[in-house]
Amino acid sequence: MFYRENGQFKRTYRQDEALLPIAQDRIVMLALLVFAFVGVPFLASNYLFLSILNPFLIMALAAIGLNLLVGYCGQISIGHAAFMSVGAYAAYNLMLRVPNLSFLVALVLAGLIAALVGMLFGIPSLRIKGLYLAVATLAAQFFIDWMFARVKWFTGYQSSGSVSTPVLNLFGWQLDSPVKKYLFLLAVVTVFTLLARNLVRGHIGRAWMAIRDMDVAAEVIGIRPVYAKLTAFAVSSFYVGVAGALWGFVYLGSWEPLAFNINMSLDLLFMIIIGGMGSILGSYFGALFIVALPIVLDRVPAWVGAPLSTAMASHLASMIFGTLIVFFLIVEPHGLARLWAIGKEKLRLWPFPH
Amino acid sequence: MNLAAKTRFLAASVGTVAAVISITASVPAFAQAKEQFFPELVYRTGPYAPNGVPFANGYSDYLKLLDARDGGINGVKITFEECETGYSTARGVECYERMKNKGPTGATVVQPLSTGITFALTPKAPRDKIPLITAGYGRADSVDGSVFTWNFPLGGTYWDAADILIQHVGKKEGGLAKLKGKKIALVYHDSPYGKEPIPLLEKRSKMLGFDLLLLPVTHPGVEQSATWLQIRQQRPDYVFLWGWGVMNSTAIKQAVATGYPLNRMYGVWWSGAEPDVRPAGEDAKAYNALVFLAPAGRGKVHEDILKYVYDKGNGSGKREDVGEVLYNRGMVSAMMAVEGVKRAQKKYGRKPLTGTQVRWGLEHLSINAADIKKLGFEDFMEPIHTSCADHEGAHSARIETWDGKNWHVTSGVYHSDLSVIRPIIKASAAKYAAENKITPRDCSKEK
Repeated sequence: MFYRENGQFKRTYRQDEALLPIAQDRIVMLALLVFAFVGVPFLASNYLFLSILNPFLIMALAAIGLNLLVGYCGQISIGHAAFMSVGAYAAYNLMLRVPNLSFLVALVLAGLIAALVGMLFGIPSLRIKGLYLAVATLAAQFFIDWMFARVKWFTGYQSSGSVSTPVLNLFGWQLDSPVKKYLFLLAVVTVFTLLARNLVRGHIGRAWMAIRDMDVAAEVIGIRPVYAKLTAFAVSSFYVGVAGALWGFVYLGSWEPLAFNINMSLDLLFMIIIGGMGSILGSYFGALFIVALPIVLDRVPAWVGAPLSTAMASHLASMIFGTLIVFFLIVEPHGLARLWAIGKEKLRLWPFPH
Repeated sequence: MNLAAKTRFLAASVGTVAAVISITASVPAFAQAKEQFFPELVYRTGPYAPNGVPFANGYSDYLKLLDARDGGINGVKITFEECETGYSTARGVECYERMKNKGPTGATVVQPLSTGITFALTPKAPRDKIPLITAGYGRADSVDGSVFTWNFPLGGTYWDAADILIQHVGKKEGGLAKLKGKKIALVYHDSPYGKEPIPLLEKRSKMLGFDLLLLPVTHPGVEQSATWLQIRQQRPDYVFLWGWGVMNSTAIKQAVATGYPLNRMYGVWWSGAEPDVRPAGEDAKAYNALVFLAPAGRGKVHEDILKYVYDKGNGSGKREDVGEVLYNRGMVSAMMAVEGVKRAQKKYGRKPLTGTQVRWGLEHLSINAADIKKLGFEDFMEPIHTSCADHEGAHSARIETWDGKNWHVTSGVYHSDLSVIRPIIKASAAKYAAENKITPRDCSKEK
């Protein structure tokens, strides 16, 4: 009744090519953004920012990055946590070694360095596909883990191999409170989401999707696989590199190579599988699912006052979490984003479904 | 599931998530009760649970004892809550954020029992004004209280541990000078925890002229065949084990399988508890470990715990496990936090204290032999005296040996060589201060 595009005529190409062609979508999205930027800072507690919202935003960015590669270009990677760590350590070293460098510049440079490394490890994708490529990217994960644990230059010769970062300063604005961190992350993630949305609509994104759907056919219609695959690796690694730098500097503040281990790569992969492959929105759903749900499940016994021991509560939480993943994959193999799309379709017909 | 059902399901799940988030957002308001809140970061699950569980039990039981026997700390009731970290840094930070504002005055102290979490919380503690006690673990350079105002590695650090182990094997050889040309292998957990002793061992190896062989073991440490193959090839004279959880028992079993003489193998004090040696049982005989304080056994305080906590059915663990190495260590950790509160109460009054006030108490901690006896901890620890310049308070340890059934202290008290350690502490703390833009306090002006 309310959600329907009747009467919304597109009179120009510009209107036809808009990011959100339906007026209701634009209103909802605008309201959501206003709420996220203005409403949430007043409503949420510090705990919510530090433990759920901030990691959620960073992970959503990383999931978008991985989704560009896996969901849009069809190249599987289980080494993306390693590219995150490249971003994090690149930013750390830039901030440590280059005097008076702004964090924003360091962030972009860290992304670029991660993109280079990602392209390097993406080269095997030109010859191998599917599971074999997954194994090749796994090598990236182990190699980079090993490198940061062993080569002391990267960790500033810290005896423990753990690095810590000072409070960030953005043009005189101290990034010291949870709300400020949240706003900064939100701004970065919004910009990058917008970029990603446009990228996948443009010729690069179309080339990626053509490669994903059938690489031989894509080659026949004039798409160069080398170019498409390597750009996908570069852009994807750039995104996760930025996310890694944010994870280290804004969320953790102090980290060790173990912070970006294989489990994180798998978490990222789960995020896009549960959220929806080839969907920017799905990356957000997936990140929320993986970041927030375990914490929420862990706290449920305390809220309802169930007298469970700490160990029991923790075991139960992981069991329920695992069951939910299986459940969602059975109910909707295309992820939460597909559920959302179905919901929207239903809403267009409501209340008169045929 | 048809479309309509799916939509309903979607709506329901969105509703649930929204409800859950709104609950999370509302922090329950506490009435200003006469309570002192102790958060507990525990790990009762995962690969480190065999060691995490007894420690957590000892910690909780000691707090329960004070409430049951003394009605809290000088009339201020103790409350506490556990939060499961699974030894994961990210979850530890989440637990810390979750609990830091609980209780009428917020978290009293945080004791993460993980070097990784300690590193992550070190920059957060000064901002939240919560002291961080890392009794016998954590950052070794945090002894320097002028830079690490909020860290308290009470009772020992890894640099003390490494130094004392070197002193002990030196004594065994007949003098430190005899270590020249010997080969010592460090089998360590490849994490900040395991890497912590390396700077000191490197310095000692330069000073004394022994070869240092560094053998990292990847988390969680169940796969060590490559490590022990190297030990078989290189034949080090001594092996120092810097492991935790399942890595310890694996290492000891591997040593037995490799035929490495266990009387030449020394664990740090986190590699010297019952769960580490029991899987190898009789075979682990003659294996040694370092103890800063609290070896196994029962004293007066244990009698009280059995009487006031276990007899009432409130015990956290099994009755027969009271008095195990890690149980006692948890108890002593809790005790030192409580003593910090008591010390602060003398200055600020018998009321719930804030983190800032407790920090003052911890920095002016003075537990002498008479106090230890009064607390029922006789023979379990050395006196501790902290100050602004020394947040550690004690620099001594002993060696214990496993006889196949029990741990026994088999050496006298060693004191770490501060002339070796102090310069590394100073340099490391100064580096941390520079990188994190901290202005060190002037300890001569602190009172």
